[in-house]
Amino acid sequence: MLEIRNLKVKAGGKEILRGINLKVNVGEVHSIMGPNGSGKSTLAQVLAGRETYEVTEGEVWYDGKNLLEMAPEDRAREGIFMAFQYPVEIPGVSNLYFLRSALNAIRKHRGLDEFDAMDFLTLAKEKMGLLRVDENLMSRPVNEGFSGGEKKRNEIFQMAILEPRLAILDETDSGLDIDALRIVAEGVNSLRGKERAIIVVTHYQRLLNYIIPDYVHVLSEGRIVRSGGKHLALELEDKGYSWLEEAEPKRVQVV
Amino acid sequence: MIELVKTENIPFFSHLSEFEKGVAGKGPAWLQRMRNSARLQFAKLGFPTLQDEEWRFTNVAPITSIPFKLEAYELDGLKREIIDGLRFADLQCERLVFVNGCYSPELSFVEESRDGIRISSLSRVLQQDAAAVEPYLGRYANWEQDAFNALNTALMQDGAFVYIPKGKILEKPIHLLFLAATRGTAIASYPRTLIVADSNSQASVVESYVGLGEEVNFTCPVTEIILNDGAVIDHSKLECESARAFHVATLQYHQERSSSLGSHSIALGGALVRNSLNAVLAGDGAECTLDGLYLVRGEQHVDNHTRLEHAAPHCSSRELYKGVLDGKSRGVFHGRIVVHRGAQKTDSKQTNKNLLLSDDALINTKPQLEIYANDVKCTHGATIGQLDKDALFYLRSRGIGEEAARSLLIYAFASEVVRRMKVGAVQRRLDEFLLGWLPGGEFVKEAVQV
Repeated sequence: MLEIRNLKVKAGGKEILRGINLKVNVGEVHSIMGPNGSGKSTLAQVLAGRETYEVTEGEVWYDGKNLLEMAPEDRAREGIFMAFQYPVEIPGVSNLYFLRSALNAIRKHRGLDEFDAMDFLTLAKEKMGLLRVDENLMSRPVNEGFSGGEKKRNEIFQMAILEPRLAILDETDSGLDIDALRIVAEGVNSLRGKERAIIVVTHYQRLLNYIIPDYVHVLSEGRIVRSGGKHLALELEDKGYSWLEEAEPKRVQVV
Repeated sequence: MIELVKTENIPFFSHLSEFEKGVAGKGPAWLQRMRNSARLQFAKLGFPTLQDEEWRFTNVAPITSIPFKLEAYELDGLKREIIDGLRFADLQCERLVFVNGCYSPELSFVEESRDGIRISSLSRVLQQDAAAVEPYLGRYANWEQDAFNALNTALMQDGAFVYIPKGKILEKPIHLLFLAATRGTAIASYPRTLIVADSNSQASVVESYVGLGEEVNFTCPVTEIILNDGAVIDHSKLECESARAFHVATLQYHQERSSSLGSHSIALGGALVRNSLNAVLAGDGAECTLDGLYLVRGEQHVDNHTRLEHAAPHCSSRELYKGVLDGKSRGVFHGRIVVHRGAQKTDSKQTNKNLLLSDDALINTKPQLEIYANDVKCTHGATIGQLDKDALFYLRSRGIGEEAARSLLIYAFASEVVRRMKVGAVQRRLDEFLLGWLPGGEFVKEAVQV
């Protein structure tokens, strides 16, 4: 489904990703871990189409399409969704208006009927219940006045509505208390299935207690320095990231 | 007047003698004296130049270079249907219509006067009952210091007069519609409006300025609104003149004790628009909200000058002006708040926010506070920015196209002012305009109709 080949990315003239290779098949959950500044978030944002990054080398293929040539909205319409590490506040645009527009833009692209207000509200209420999102928040402007945890839950709520094929969670666990973390994980797990893939970007192993990954990759200084199964995350938790730096970096490609 | 300035040989003046003939010797003596003083004052002041502090960014030379004409309107071609299109579709209310500055009884709709409420043309009041306007007309708008205000005062002939007696509450808004019907002639008009809300009365007034025809025109209105003790007025001014229009307006508010004013000034059309808005909080505990919105593009120029005087204690004011500028348009916001000595416990907040959509658009913004009292709470601030790139990316990353995302953000920015308007029909009309103005308006319309 997703294949990243030797991806090199610069931001502000500084090389951040220095040759990423990664293959994600449909149905899989991959976790990308790494210390601060290793390039995890950059990778997530480049996949979502953030234009402030400069791709200097490499390619990314998504369902046989050249992802790097697609506008962010086209990626979304083709099923890519990134849950933002820092969700943006948009004064004056209500959550529900915004989300219905997004859903309908995606459905239109896929040749599906657009949701009218009533159908959408029914769907939204169902997902709000699942993620225990306060209904009052939904009539408010996008993310405005939301607490950190509410913002993160809102991201997962959006994901639940938009039902992406490839979901990328960019440090969704940061700033969440344990209850919110469980709710978010439940939401993510409910979307797990053989028709979609999920990439969980995280600094800590904590979230992976609830979202069990099939593969774990460790990113350090812009490269994947180690890949393995879910146990790699536990090993990291025990030994810390410094353990990796002591070990010989080796490149592993997961197929 | 013409003889006072003829040596300057400015094309603009050609129509003034006609105008003066029209008003010469007419009306009560006090009015003739006022016109004459204003005329001398205009001759003394002359047109402002870029050297005048109040006109630093707005060049009126293009106005003075055109030989405008006075044109009485003809009704044919100005069918009632046209007017129907210009009124607010679902607003059934009394309406005074002026064409090129003259009252049109045929196009207006006024109910029989009742309970002392008066809604009529100024010309009629001046003929029949000038004493009713004598205490107010020209007593508040400061024509001694502003050339365009002086010009209007020297030439005033017609416009609207609204009087709401003590304790009366008007349920429905009053619509004053000023049409510039050029039909191939460069037309000048000087509408004059006086609105007096007596103690504890309440009303909503909508003034709209609309252009019919493509020819250049000049509209120079002065509106005085007086709120007596405890009066509540909601006033909207919508300027949507045609693309070649010059519109230089003065709006004067005067507020007595515990009165409450909501002012909404919207500038959408015209080549050059200047609104000089002055509000005086003269009585204890008066409060006002001054909102403004300007949407300009192409080579439009819009200048909002506001001057708010806190002249009594315990008054509060909130001012929010927002602008969206695209193309090579130019905007000016100059907002001054003066807190007089003795105006203690003043609570005043002024905000000006601008969104620049192109590299060539330009805004000059200058918020100013002058405080002569020592126990006050005043804040002011101005922002100039482009669309938030993070917000844009956020919307696009959810599948919303770039144009639609941009439009949605612009809509969200501008609609804050629209939502604060009180008259629903005007709000809806403005919303439609805004959606039509945005390239992705269709999308936004869908998006906001949940």
